[in-house]
Amino acid sequence: AHDFRSRSDDSEDTELRFVTCQSLWNQIKSETEQIQEDLNKQLLDNLMNFLSRSLSEFREKTTEWTCRMKFREIPTAALVLGVNVTDHDSTFRSLSDVLQDNITPYIALLEAKDCPGIKNLMQKLMGQLMNCDIDVDPLEDEDSVQVSQNRIRCSMSSLISWYESVTKKTDSETPSKKRNSSSRHWQSPPVVVIFKDMESFSTKVLQDFIVISSQHIHELPLVLIFGIATSPMIIHRLLPHSVSSLLCIELFQSVSCKEHLSTIIDKLLLTSRFPFKLGEKVLQVLINIFLYHDFSVQNFIKGFQLCVVEHFYSQPLSVLCCQLVDVKKRVYSLSHDQCENIRRLPSFRRYVEKQESGKQVALLTNDSFLKEETEKLLEDLHVYHENYVSILRCLHVFTSSLPKYPLGKQIRELHCACLENRVWETEEYESSLQLARMLNKTDLVTMLQQCVEILTSSSGKEFDKTVEKLKEFLTQFQNLEAEASQEQDVSVSSQKELQKKTDLYHLQKTLLELKESRRSKKLTKFEMLRFEVVDYIDSLVRKYLVPADDRTLHEIMYFNAATILRGHLNAAPRTALHTALNNPHWYLKNQALKCDGGGISNKAPDICIVYKLHLECGRLINLVDWLEAFSTVVMAAEEPNADAASSDQVDDIIHARFIRAVSELELLGFIKPSKQKTDHVARLTWGGC
Amino acid sequence: MSRPEGTRSSRRSLQVKFVPDEDVLKHIADDAGTKVRKDKAQLSVSMKKFVKKLENISDNEAQEILEEKNYVATLGICAQDPVGNGSNISGGEVYSFQTPKRSSKMAELASELAQTPEQNVAPDHSKCPEKMAKTPQSSKMFLLLMHVFSLLFQSKNEEFVSTTPYRLRKRLAAPDPYLESESEYSASCSEEEHEEDQKEVNIVLSSQKTPGKTKAASTPPPRNSLSKKIKEQKMGNLVEEYFEAHSSSKVLTSDRTLQKLRKRRLNQQTLHELLKKAPLAYAAEIRDLNQQHESLFSKWMLQLHLGFNIVLYGLGSKRDLLEKFRTSLLQDSVHLVVNGYFPGITVRSILNSITEEVLDHIGTFRSPLDQLEFIIKRFKEDSSLELYVLIHNLDSQMLRGERSQQILAQLSSLPSIYLIASIDHINAPLMWDQAKLSLYNWLWYETTTFSPYVEETSYENSLLVQQSGSLALSSLTHVLHSLTLNARGIFRLLAQHQLEKKDNPSYPGLSFQDFYQQCREAFLVNSDLTLRAQLTEFRDHKLIRTKRGADGVEYLLIPVDDSTLTDFLEKEDEDV
Repeated sequence: AHDFRSRSDDSEDTELRFVTCQSLWNQIKSETEQIQEDLNKQLLDNLMNFLSRSLSEFREKTTEWTCRMKFREIPTAALVLGVNVTDHDSTFRSLSDVLQDNITPYIALLEAKDCPGIKNLMQKLMGQLMNCDIDVDPLEDEDSVQVSQNRIRCSMSSLISWYESVTKKTDSETPSKKRNSSSRHWQSPPVVVIFKDMESFSTKVLQDFIVISSQHIHELPLVLIFGIATSPMIIHRLLPHSVSSLLCIELFQSVSCKEHLSTIIDKLLLTSRFPFKLGEKVLQVLINIFLYHDFSVQNFIKGFQLCVVEHFYSQPLSVLCCQLVDVKKRVYSLSHDQCENIRRLPSFRRYVEKQESGKQVALLTNDSFLKEETEKLLEDLHVYHENYVSILRCLHVFTSSLPKYPLGKQIRELHCACLENRVWETEEYESSLQLARMLNKTDLVTMLQQCVEILTSSSGKEFDKTVEKLKEFLTQFQNLEAEASQEQDVSVSSQKELQKKTDLYHLQKTLLELKESRRSKKLTKFEMLRFEVVDYIDSLVRKYLVPADDRTLHEIMYFNAATILRGHLNAAPRTALHTALNNPHWYLKNQALKCDGGGISNKAPDICIVYKLHLECGRLINLVDWLEAFSTVVMAAEEPNADAASSDQVDDIIHARFIRAVSELELLGFIKPSKQKTDHVARLTWGGC
Repeated sequence: MSRPEGTRSSRRSLQVKFVPDEDVLKHIADDAGTKVRKDKAQLSVSMKKFVKKLENISDNEAQEILEEKNYVATLGICAQDPVGNGSNISGGEVYSFQTPKRSSKMAELASELAQTPEQNVAPDHSKCPEKMAKTPQSSKMFLLLMHVFSLLFQSKNEEFVSTTPYRLRKRLAAPDPYLESESEYSASCSEEEHEEDQKEVNIVLSSQKTPGKTKAASTPPPRNSLSKKIKEQKMGNLVEEYFEAHSSSKVLTSDRTLQKLRKRRLNQQTLHELLKKAPLAYAAEIRDLNQQHESLFSKWMLQLHLGFNIVLYGLGSKRDLLEKFRTSLLQDSVHLVVNGYFPGITVRSILNSITEEVLDHIGTFRSPLDQLEFIIKRFKEDSSLELYVLIHNLDSQMLRGERSQQILAQLSSLPSIYLIASIDHINAPLMWDQAKLSLYNWLWYETTTFSPYVEETSYENSLLVQQSGSLALSSLTHVLHSLTLNARGIFRLLAQHQLEKKDNPSYPGLSFQDFYQQCREAFLVNSDLTLRAQLTEFRDHKLIRTKRGADGVEYLLIPVDDSTLTDFLEKEDEDV
């Protein structure tokens, strides 16, 4: 296999890095697949129930079934999957796997692009069911006999005869085997036809297929599954009433892609299982591509993969980005160059500067001392991660129930905020603390209980004390309840007093007194306790949610090159072209091209000049004018010392250059030839510059 | 009076906000600004309204730009990237909407550009990325200068005609008679242009303000209630402008044609020779760029193997780069190079070359889909099979169709097929929907090379290149030489007849019956069956075209231009 080795110039441990990268990625991949499976489980179970129900009805031939027979209804499952079409494939794959295992071996997956007509659809269907390629006459115009034969082969009746023969075969041939299989499949397993992308099928094909198969439903237990990306309404829009009444539709909803993403983030990023981490910017880019562009979890994972690869490829020290057990061995086998690499890390430099001078020298000169220190720092980093995740979840418990969600509803938003900078210095954090100080008791208690759960289940060792403290708060809250009733009495009595006085003057006086007392009054015990709790949470945040950029050696674990990622995943080809044409100096670092503000110099490459000139034109461009303008510019650039003798020659060359530039613009799609007027071209972009 | 005063002062206060505190320049700017404004206030109220509207629009635009910037910022663009893919410009700045322009503007800009580069401060606001990376102070300075310039420009508007640059006037005064007429044209044009330009300058003025506003920390609170209305107004304006530009069938360009120029049309060969003489500008810088890209080769290789496919974009031919990639890294592996720019390329031919050359399969397929299925099956069965596919110009005319892209995407999604392709067209990414994109699994690489598109454009039928027909001529002679003497005679007859009628523009072709008669008289055929057989052969080689006339008669035509045909006959005569 190919690995990082080809870049052998400065980096070391390439092989090890590659292996680490691969194993890490494989872990992540299997994890994501597992997550997806878990998320789909509910949906698949429901579907499975539906199928077995419809099947049992078919077999039992109950009265209900007979009445359904009369109406020839095909059991149909409408699967609403959401707009992220690219993720559907995996769902369908797992669906067909599960069906294969549990219900029926006869499954056909149909896609719109394979079925432009009913004939193709039947071909595809039978081909998949019979598990062989039906070669429908390779030379269609050979003779009519063969054609008709083939048409027979691809009809519903042939499908039915095939089905009968298959089911009979299993019935008659080996009873023992049958029993075996019947444990998994029923006696007459249904034929499941899955339309992956129902919206893109042509309506005629769908209608024909449904009408035809409804005629044969009593011979062939057919079940349809529609994959729907938009809304269930589409069924009625695609199929007229006469057709849709042939279906007995049940609706199933898959997990929304946002939920899917949250789970992925939760399981991949907010965990200390994987040493590799995403920096704030990078995570932002990935999430934004997801939210603004495609809603595709698949693409998110692809972006994540790219991050992993980039990190291990570009950062020589990423060899240390491994599980804690391996760290020690790897640190001690570092070469001298790698040690130098560590010393060059900005976060390490900052760390060194904070040390006393003796240690500074040791760190900078003594490799083995450096290694020891590195190991310690890496362990610290691991501990930091473990604590970070738990406390982040605790904080999220608090912030996610506040009105207006100052720190975001999703934990990913909170995570980004914490990664970006010190979260306790932000305004949003301030306001959310304010809001937290106004929580009522029941909420507060449940939150504290949740936090206790999170902390006790976390792997961090430092949390024993914290848990104790939180439990203490909880008991204090319980104690409060007894006191609260007493307090209520007092307030009631004062209220009663208020009611006794009817005199206006006295009323005013007591009201004023009451107000005074309320202002000066000590906070109730509950309020004090609430303050204490919030302050404690605040202290936890300040201690554990330090942004990763402040940690020493964070470069080893965190991938932060958001620009690269964005360039590769969310590129802007038009912008690049625009920059190249308008400002060639951006790419060609030549002084002659440099000029101030907007304009380009007349020494710019031909295509830039031609482009700039064409921007000044309307819909049509006269080629003669264009040529003339071009030669004006170019001649000026080429020092007007050309003598008359060679001018003709020069003209030809300029003409040729102009032709080249214009045809290049045509290739790029800015202009096209126009027949509206002789020697004119049409502009294809509107506006410009 | 008090009310207009109020609005004016408020406008002035706005001005103060975004102009920085550079004392002297600010005074100048303000003075000039107020002067102009006073003039206008006297002119008419409606004019002011117009200006105000524009200003409102600019406010709104500022808002939008701000939002756009926010969005861009959240996407994590960093301007500090030294290698610099110039993608840190927001979309609105790239292809914004604007008023239509006149052809004489081009000449104007040309002469402006022709002057020394230091002086060219064209009213052009595409901010180069370089500028954005600079310190805010200097950019503010720049804005201010632009502002001053535009104001001055505006005040000088009255004698716009006289600002026609000297060089241009000299050109116009050239002795050629057809140029004389041109100067008349421009003179008449400038009259109406006056008004148009004023409007444009106003837009310049207002658009100047927008970036300044985004920079100012204390932007006035957004007039939300108003903004919606303004937006509608703006939309209305845009729509009107668009249709104004596109509805008028009248084309406002000069009537000059290339034929009136003394210059002969160049053919492909002379063009190449001439271009060879012209030195390639900035060769050293282009070489640097290429070296940067070449350093990525090993990375590409790695990413290809990890299941990504790579697409290259950016200005300049990427053919040499891909060739270099191929020669340096793919020598020992199976690879397929597809020249997408070649006009005859089809998906079928790509698939054929995979099945025939790579998989050694002999046999035909009913449809490309079947062929694709076969390929997929083979590649899945045999995991040792690996194939690198290099496609130059994936966005070419022949490959950009939906079906071809679908097939190519499916092909590229195979784990053991590694695709690396280049695109050039500005709208190329529109070829792909989400489904195709996920099949392709692209990694985008910006590889701006600035190299001329030599190969890619050589097939294009450019307007300026003479339809040389040298290809047709050689193919004619080649095909004819492989035919019998009689067949050649038959073709000659047809060609001669066509040349005789070359002055008749509505010549439909030679009818089959007449042709048969002539051939019989020349003892070339003995029955119309033999003639038909012969014609079928011609047709298969695309030497002739048959057309049925209105009366049902079959007409024969050689689809080659007359000069080529003459050349061909001359050559034939030489040979005989």
